[in-house]
Amino acid sequence: MPARGPQIRAVQIRARDWGWRHAGRHSQAVSGLDLQIEPGERVLLLGASGAGKSTLVHALAGVLGDAEDGDETGSLLIDGCRAAEARGRVGLVLQDPDSQVVLARVGDDVAFGCENLAVPRAEIWLRVRRALAEVRLDLPLDHPTSSLSGGQKQRLALAGVLAMQPGLLLLDEPTANLDPNGVIDVRDAVVRSLDHSGATFVVIEHRVEVWQDVVDRLIVLDPAGGVLADGPPREILASQGEQLAQAGVWVPALPPRFPKRHPIAAAQTLLRAEGLAVGRVPFGRRAASVVADGITLNLCSGTATVVTGPNGAGKSTLALTLAGLLKPAGGTLHASGTFAAGIISEPHRWRSQQLLSRIGTVFQDPEHQFLAATVLGDLSIGPRALGLSQTELTSRVDELMHRLRLDHLADANPFTLSGGEKRRMSVATVLATRPRLLVLDEPTFGQDSRTWQELVTLLAELLDEGTALVAVTHDAQFVSALADEEYRLGTPEPIRLGSGAL
Amino acid sequence: MSLLTPTIRPSVVARLNPVAKLAVALIVSCALLLSIDWVSAGVALLLECLLLLWCGLSARQFWLRTAPVWIAAPMASITTILYGEDSGALLWQFGFISVTEGSAQLGLAIGLRVLAIGLPGIVLLATTDPTDLADGLAQVLRLPARFVLGGLAGLRLVGMFIEDWHSLTLARRARGVGDGGGVRGAARRFFGPAFSLLVISVRRGSKLATAMEARGFGSDAPRTWARPSRVRAPDAILVGIGLGIAGIAIGVAVWAETWSFILA
Repeated sequence: MPARGPQIRAVQIRARDWGWRHAGRHSQAVSGLDLQIEPGERVLLLGASGAGKSTLVHALAGVLGDAEDGDETGSLLIDGCRAAEARGRVGLVLQDPDSQVVLARVGDDVAFGCENLAVPRAEIWLRVRRALAEVRLDLPLDHPTSSLSGGQKQRLALAGVLAMQPGLLLLDEPTANLDPNGVIDVRDAVVRSLDHSGATFVVIEHRVEVWQDVVDRLIVLDPAGGVLADGPPREILASQGEQLAQAGVWVPALPPRFPKRHPIAAAQTLLRAEGLAVGRVPFGRRAASVVADGITLNLCSGTATVVTGPNGAGKSTLALTLAGLLKPAGGTLHASGTFAAGIISEPHRWRSQQLLSRIGTVFQDPEHQFLAATVLGDLSIGPRALGLSQTELTSRVDELMHRLRLDHLADANPFTLSGGEKRRMSVATVLATRPRLLVLDEPTFGQDSRTWQELVTLLAELLDEGTALVAVTHDAQFVSALADEEYRLGTPEPIRLGSGAL
Repeated sequence: MSLLTPTIRPSVVARLNPVAKLAVALIVSCALLLSIDWVSAGVALLLECLLLLWCGLSARQFWLRTAPVWIAAPMASITTILYGEDSGALLWQFGFISVTEGSAQLGLAIGLRVLAIGLPGIVLLATTDPTDLADGLAQVLRLPARFVLGGLAGLRLVGMFIEDWHSLTLARRARGVGDGGGVRGAARRFFGPAFSLLVISVRRGSKLATAMEARGFGSDAPRTWARPSRVRAPDAILVGIGLGIAGIAIGVAVWAETWSFILA
């Protein structure tokens, strides 16, 4: 047994026929849950999207609200107390790195939780230093939190929680928005702190492989209510693996299938960058600050090019520049004659409507793309801007909604969709105008395996039809599944892969 | 440098309690708003200029930060001179425009006032870290922690608004509605993303609130403060200086018989 911190008493969780219905919803988020988790146990919580994993974890953290926010049934107890009253015994780290930073300086942010628990001042700073050391965030206490990377922000959030010395550590998809290095850093920081504190641990994560060797118990929630499976990870993955994979969980033994590609006969160059420098014009400035330069690459029809590289290397900025949305900061970017089809060859000088049938861009955050109040209305915007006839518009939009399983959501507000639905929707809005070049920024970020599979299959079909594709990604599986050519930012030559190498 | 973690050079002024700085800015403003005459504003400005030498800003920072005031003061002054209420001897006339002794004095008084109120306010706030100000408001003035810290945390979201706005406008271009349409199109291009930004910000704000609540914030239980905010002797001296400037400015104006109490 590793040495345990003296002050921490691990927490016991007990649910008896517990349920929760969010105010204003018809269906139960969680119902009929019977569960007991012993002090010091480490649990990975799984379940299909909508099974109530987040609701349970929020309830354990006491942030679900009161009778105004929903109806509670049964009991959910932490060391025999109601969860809402176990303040300070439970620490929660959420998915989005950006919306968890509270204060402007690293030290202050970690101290925030301790202050709220009325820890004496001298003790606070001792805890802050210890917590930062534990998550290996070796920064001065007055370092600005706004300059941290996503992985650092998550470790900062973890440090803020650890400094509160909770007996129960809860993580709600803590690594879904991180690049692979960030994921490992956060995971290792969690394991180190647990080895030290011995606290009870519950994590939600659909990438099973990250946590399976760290936890000693796997609980699968049933969307219909209660628990579907509960036991040691190995056994559960063996017996339930198939169902879990179908529900979108990334089961290591059952990776998604890669689509079969049918390369097109004669690939044409659509866009050529030579010595391209990319950068953004900072707020209130006139000149762009260059983040990457000397980029030379060809984007060809039927060819998938992936842009990889470390955080901050300028991948997204490159994507936005290739998409004709940002002006090149240097070098040249020209469309071929067939691609430009009668207009000027520099994409950033094209009019918005001229971009539509040529380049489609899928943004990293789907919400940035949504324009209308309903899915149907939003999908119609592009075709309407192109001036398509009503019949043509209806047939295109209907086909897309069907192909991307959005039919039942036609009248829903895009902002209310689930993560996977939002991603499919953002791709659909772009495909509606049938652009010949698709630019995607982290299309598979945080997606469950089912959405991933659908997305990759769809993109493969588009490639076979001759669409050119360029994607910024950290996702090694996405690269293996689709990429013909990899452009690693920071290296001089693009690397040819897969079918492109032949 | 950013909004929330400004680079502040260590200086006497930077070490002062933000609440004391806020008090001085308020005292001087209130005193100068009681009358519109050039003597009180001129005296206050003169005294302030002596103190600004110790403000702890580099020359470049000083002129950059205070540029708006240097532009606003002459503008306000000229407009008043040209169009202000006429009284006394006529100095110059061109059509509707007339400059009289009265309007010239009024213009001077207004220009000096903008400087005398604006300069210390900007300089004192430019040497203040928002986190320190929040600590001061909560610990010295005993404003509710929930209100002060909620505001401070919310301020952090402003930086993200700028990022979001940028992405939203790019996305509009990508989706074919980024240009054209004349005035109506331009209006749509402003209000469309403004609405999306509102939705996204509310979402962000509620996530931040959950994260803060998860860290024990928002209950009525007492909390401690990791950073003490104390009022020390230099802070009292600063407030004293502020009162001094206000008092001398009013005193000299009364003595020079230019003081005209606006409420009288």
